[in-house]
Amino acid sequence: MAYSDKVIEHYNNPRNVGSLDKKDPNVGTGLVGAPECGDVMKLQMKVNPETRVIEEAKFKTFGCGSAIASSSLATEWVKGKTVEEALSIKNTDIVRELALPPVKIHCSVLAEDAIKAALSDWKKKQGEEAKLAESAAHH
Amino acid sequence: MAIKLPIYMDNHATTPVDPRVVDAMLPYFTEKFGNAASRNHEFGWKAEEAVETARGQIARLINATPKEIVFTSGATESTNLAIKGVAEMYREKGNHIITQVTEHKATLDTCKRLEKYGYEVTYLPVEKDGRINLDELRRAITPKTILISIMYANNEIGVVQPVEEIGKIAKEKGIFFHCDGVQAVGKIPVDVQKDGIDLLSISAHKIYGPKGVGALYVRRKNPRVQLSAIIDGGGHERGMRSGTLNVTGIVGLGKACELCMNEMQAETVKLRGFRDRLTKSIMSRLDETFINGSMEHRLPHSINISFAYVEGESLLMGINDIAVSSGSACTSATLEPSYVLKALGVGEDLAHTSIRFGIGRFNTQEEVDYVADRVVETVTRLRELSPLYEMAKEGVDLSKMKWVAAAE
Repeated sequence: MAYSDKVIEHYNNPRNVGSLDKKDPNVGTGLVGAPECGDVMKLQMKVNPETRVIEEAKFKTFGCGSAIASSSLATEWVKGKTVEEALSIKNTDIVRELALPPVKIHCSVLAEDAIKAALSDWKKKQGEEAKLAESAAHH
Repeated sequence: MAIKLPIYMDNHATTPVDPRVVDAMLPYFTEKFGNAASRNHEFGWKAEEAVETARGQIARLINATPKEIVFTSGATESTNLAIKGVAEMYREKGNHIITQVTEHKATLDTCKRLEKYGYEVTYLPVEKDGRINLDELRRAITPKTILISIMYANNEIGVVQPVEEIGKIAKEKGIFFHCDGVQAVGKIPVDVQKDGIDLLSISAHKIYGPKGVGALYVRRKNPRVQLSAIIDGGGHERGMRSGTLNVTGIVGLGKACELCMNEMQAETVKLRGFRDRLTKSIMSRLDETFINGSMEHRLPHSINISFAYVEGESLLMGINDIAVSSGSACTSATLEPSYVLKALGVGEDLAHTSIRFGIGRFNTQEEVDYVADRVVETVTRLRELSPLYEMAKEGVDLSKMKWVAAAE
């Protein structure tokens, strides 16, 4: 299969590879996919709770070149965006940017899912943190 | 000497034609272009003579007689002819065929088609090492069994089946034994007498011959096997396979067999050395790598390794100056990981991470070392990128994780 230049570029020079502290209340972690399916993506974002701006994003991906490129691109795109802006990223945007063929569309779907999962984890943490803070204030 | 890239190490898929084979073939394109079936002139006689020489060369390699060799367009046709030919010819005797799950699709799909026509097929499982269990074979035999079709060696994992024992069982029970010899003939000693093989599929392009030509060995005595033809026409090949003979291709197949026969011993030593060097060089430098299939019963030039936590297609992408293949779903048309590895009980997660290395006549030690270095380097890089490797290192049991697969 021939890969687009952009996929190859991301594969050779993946952006933002690594991990953030998953215990940090400002870090949301999304882990999607399954090893049996040949794709697992871990996407992490550090969000400023005041401005709701994504200040840092890191990923690790087990999967084909297109899956690696999709998640690498996702970290590039979410950085500097607000949570709401990041949630509006669609898999079709990734397909277009990376020129993914039909058999690789699931890679872009997975990347979109990873963004959503990470931010939902962050929201959950924020909610819990808020409640904890609230109950601490009452005592 | 500098290494020429890309490096070809996918010799189970196909092989380059040996220049000596090309030389043998060339005159038959031009000055000796005759039709081997032309009985009344010099051109035909020359062509026929060349075909008969090739028949002898092939027969010698497998310890058969020249008359037992039927030329075909390749091993897929040979296997179709063997299985369908026996099924139709012996329909009165029975309708049961025994094969096994890691066969090539030429065998499996042929059997599936016969099932549609009322034949019954038993697909034997394989053990963890990739070999069938002989007791299970014995138990599968019924009075209706007319054919056992088991390959000599597997194309994905290189595992060699207990062919001689299968031949004995078949003979005892009076059942024909077809063997897909594509990966084994010319690589390891294949002897239709010793192995008790009644029908043997052979391909030219896996043994440094041209594509588009193959042969089927059809036993003529003890017992005599009769076949219904699947291609009708001018009654060539004693009525078993009509169609003008591909004389150039046949000359190439014959020459390829002759070379294999003369050089097998030395070549085996060389290729096994390379294979073991490659395996050791890779596995001593990387943790969590696994060999798929028996190491003891294996083709000398073949190795299939799973690199845990690294998806096969991305690995191939990283070693794009090396031609090998992967059991990863992403590299197949069906998006399913290798059915062969699955049959061995290799988990789907590991099946996705497997790479098949097929070393060949024209590989060098420098190439072997280059391939090992590139594989180690790429696997290391991709593991740094792999969330699974990270989790495994943190002590997370991946098999107990609840995975959320993507909604398609």
